[in-house]
Amino acid sequence: MERPLTQHIHPDGTTRTLREYVKDGGYRCLQKLAAGLAPKDVQRLVTEAGLRGRGGGGFPTGTKWSFVPMGPDAPKPKYIVANGDEMEPGTFKDRVLMEGDSHGLIEGMILAGYALDAEVGYIFLRGEYHLSAQRLNQAIAEAYAEGYLGKTIPGTGFRFDLHLHSSAGRYICGEETALINALEGKRAVPRAKPPFPQTVGLWGQPTVVQNVETFYNLPHIVNHGAAWYHSLSHTQDGGTKIYGVSGRVIHPGWWELPLGTTAREILEEHAGGMANGVRFRGVLPGGISTAFLVEKHLDLPLDFSSLPPQVGRLGTGTMIVLDDHTCPVGFVLNLERFFARESCGWCTPCREGLPWVARILTSFEEGHASKDDLALLDMHTKWLAPGHTFCGLAPGAMAPLQSALQYFREDFEQHISRGRCPWSKKPAQLKVLV
Amino acid sequence: MLSETERRELEEAVKHYPDKRGAAIDALLTIQRRRGWISDDLLLDIAQFLEITAEDLDSVATFYNLIFRKPVGRHVAFMCDSISCWIKGCERVQEQIKNLYDVELGQTTSDGRLTLLPIACLGQCERAPAIMIDQDVHGDITPDTIEQIVEKYK
Repeated sequence: MERPLTQHIHPDGTTRTLREYVKDGGYRCLQKLAAGLAPKDVQRLVTEAGLRGRGGGGFPTGTKWSFVPMGPDAPKPKYIVANGDEMEPGTFKDRVLMEGDSHGLIEGMILAGYALDAEVGYIFLRGEYHLSAQRLNQAIAEAYAEGYLGKTIPGTGFRFDLHLHSSAGRYICGEETALINALEGKRAVPRAKPPFPQTVGLWGQPTVVQNVETFYNLPHIVNHGAAWYHSLSHTQDGGTKIYGVSGRVIHPGWWELPLGTTAREILEEHAGGMANGVRFRGVLPGGISTAFLVEKHLDLPLDFSSLPPQVGRLGTGTMIVLDDHTCPVGFVLNLERFFARESCGWCTPCREGLPWVARILTSFEEGHASKDDLALLDMHTKWLAPGHTFCGLAPGAMAPLQSALQYFREDFEQHISRGRCPWSKKPAQLKVLV
Repeated sequence: MLSETERRELEEAVKHYPDKRGAAIDALLTIQRRRGWISDDLLLDIAQFLEITAEDLDSVATFYNLIFRKPVGRHVAFMCDSISCWIKGCERVQEQIKNLYDVELGQTTSDGRLTLLPIACLGQCERAPAIMIDQDVHGDITPDTIEQIVEKYK
């Protein structure tokens, strides 16, 4: 099984040097550009490869690129932005890549820049990733010294400059238009779409914002072609995916696997199954803005096309497991408190609705919720549904809540009928577990 | 007053952006690394450097949780309280920190040594629960091991 993105990452956590990267074929695709691979050829390859954005949305990269104005009359400059604001709870895949193989991101960004004739790039990195920042800065300096950055790539007439922007917190920065505001030195509140960033983005210029993992795929697609890229995957979406598991499993961790691997294989074979004494109840497949999957969904291929929309979506592919010794209401309360804290406050339904949801869930945990509160939770999943808020934060927050109300409704009802959290009296058991 | 060294650092930061304002967050973080937090006086100086109003810069400074507009301790501990760490018992570690150092989330110890803050998922979920003290991440922490870790930061 091929693992193009991670096969060379050092297991001991040290970074790869530029020399190692080049020895294993790094920056080789720049020679292909010099040999006559035109920007439109790169675009075509990426479209044919079926690459879909790895940040959670799964938007086809080729389609995203097709909206960028090209040709001699296109506005200048255009920008390429890597979204490394990895703050989705349960998600740590981009950190693994940036720490382990910093040059892969730089090469991917140069390629995207070449394909879209965009000469400036920014890596937008969350402020807490200090090790990533240190290694990326080192790699950028090396790439400048070698002439991969800041100099015309021989035979192409194209040059690319790259900057690292370390952010200062706030989950909403991961939303692409909020990220653009943050990069401009403003409060990270989302912008209205349209216009989309591909035409009016950073400082009003055409801008493509993509997840870090997406960029890492580009050199491999250019080097090996679309057919090879499709052969990596189990399904119609091309390539591999970095999946991860956290929660009470035997081996929490990450693995690069064919896109379309099932949750059952990931949980049982790679994560080693549930930890001793606990049983599986559900899993958020990719960060906390995705709906729960339960036992009956575990054999569905996890990719961007196979999950029926009424069931859920893959998200970031780094899953969080709910076990039977953890209260599902407490679990969802933790998520909704997070969303309430991280709401940027720009639109009222999100600013007011999320703290309200968190307060109601608190009343369940404290044992004084009523049937009316259950109905209120149901209503919020509709009031904060897509289309009712300015951006996707609050609708994302409703995905785990709505599915929890569906699959774990009895647990919510028990909190009401018993007047307490059924899990809260089990400290002795919890102590044994952790 | 910004020192000459600080001004030079800001001049460097501005080079990465087409306008000075773009460097607002870099500038705040750069000065905070040297001064610990952003006082009103520093805010005014940085705003003047960036050629924007202090009010405008403050609206940015107060939005981002890693920019401190109040004094913090010599060390800042960021306690991850997101879901993977919660499942693995971050609340019991936090309780232990409170017992040992008499400090709650959002507070600084009376000797000015440590400020304790909550933080969104640190991306260390495979070794939850995790805490970041200054720039160092510690994973798989427990109520029994947390004292030994915190004691490294005097």
